[in-house]
Amino acid sequence: MALEAKNIYFRYNRKQAWILQDRSIKIEKSQRLAIFAPSGYGKTTLAMLLAGYLKPIKGEILLNNMPLPRKGICPVQLIYQHPEMAINPRWKLKRVLDECGTYNADIIDTLGIEPAWLDRFPAELSGGELQRFCVARALISGADFLICDEISTMLDVITQAQIWNVILRETERRNMGVIVVTHNRYLADKIANQTLDLTV
Amino acid sequence: MKKLNRRKKVIIWTVFLVLVFLCLYACGILIPEDVIASDFLDAKHMPSWKHPFGTDALGRDLFFRTLKGLSISITIGMIASAISAVIAILVGISVAVGSKPLDSLINWLIDLVMGIPHTILILLISFALGRGLKGLIIGIASTHWCSLARVIRGEVLQLRSQPYIAISRKLGKSSRWILVHHMLPHLLPQFFVGLILMFPHAILHEAAISFLGFGLPPEQSAIGIILSESMRYLSTGMWWTAVLPGLTLVCIVLLVDKIGEHLRKLIDPYSAQE
Repeated sequence: MALEAKNIYFRYNRKQAWILQDRSIKIEKSQRLAIFAPSGYGKTTLAMLLAGYLKPIKGEILLNNMPLPRKGICPVQLIYQHPEMAINPRWKLKRVLDECGTYNADIIDTLGIEPAWLDRFPAELSGGELQRFCVARALISGADFLICDEISTMLDVITQAQIWNVILRETERRNMGVIVVTHNRYLADKIANQTLDLTV
Repeated sequence: MKKLNRRKKVIIWTVFLVLVFLCLYACGILIPEDVIASDFLDAKHMPSWKHPFGTDALGRDLFFRTLKGLSISITIGMIASAISAVIAILVGISVAVGSKPLDSLINWLIDLVMGIPHTILILLISFALGRGLKGLIIGIASTHWCSLARVIRGEVLQLRSQPYIAISRKLGKSSRWILVHHMLPHLLPQFFVGLILMFPHAILHEAAISFLGFGLPPEQSAIGIILSESMRYLSTGMWWTAVLPGLTLVCIVLLVDKIGEHLRKLIDPYSAQE
């Protein structure tokens, strides 16, 4: 099973320059790829394209040589950079977890989500606490690839380590592919077994 | 006295309003016709203990006529604004979710309806439908949905661009599920505020159209009818026939409007600083 971007071109509107030009990426299941570049090189755009949140202008995104499914649980899940925008502000966090169906109580526990948080609204938790919910949500059963778009940028080091440990353990157990988008080269080296530099 | 916060004020006012409405509605049903029958021996009396609002030129008790008129106004206002608000939410959602041509078509329609003065449009619709209760309700309901529909359209468009909606879709949720669980909780407060703020408009328009003679029939004791009858006698010094029923209507309108404004500020705290 492989996730593949074939010669994709993308720009947000016609007046702008191309953000991605003739870019191809292939990642096998169980592989961990780090995408590394300074700001403005289209890391987030590439992540959104691979997860199907955006459509490439030219080229195609293929999963097992097929386009991404339009309905049902998407096998490619993206974790956003800003957890506070990725959670409905009017929902208690219990509902956020319920939205992805049956979740693994073990993951909740190892992510350090405390039961008291479930009865709170998103505005009552910090960014790091919310990001744990986003991670738990993205590890929905049926996901084969996980794209992490700078998910640990705003977290303190201990929380970062905790979250990455859970992600690595869980993706290894389920044999998932991981794409890590990051500014941090040390993190990229530590986590991924392959790096892609968009500046090249 | 301890200062009440806005939330408590709204609750107190709402309870008061509901009580007033229930009383008025009960009055409309319970007051028998013979209380407001004409009695020429008793005509043209100033307000007194026996007749708090005085009597008109035909000797009918104005206080009870006003109560009966208000109960009709409230019924019309509630039905018309409820229909209007439902139209607004349906139009708003379908515009925001539907295709681009539909969006421009309905935006054009909203501009068209808002471009014509409400009173004239209601008057025409009511007249075309044979006046009476039905004509009035349809007239008011079909003209008042525009601004609320616009607000809801804007809200849906803004919600659709939120990341959590896109994520929900990727988690395998259908558009319907997202509409019901993600969007409606954001839209309902707007909907209720719009509904409440529409109500005063609706009853004022009802009174205006009846006053002009294109609404309710003259034998019904609506506020508009009372006011238009009183016009003939104002020059003879019977001020109470116009002032007291008119003031009562204004009080009800202001009460509802006040609650609507408070609710709006509670839901959208940014506007409270204005």
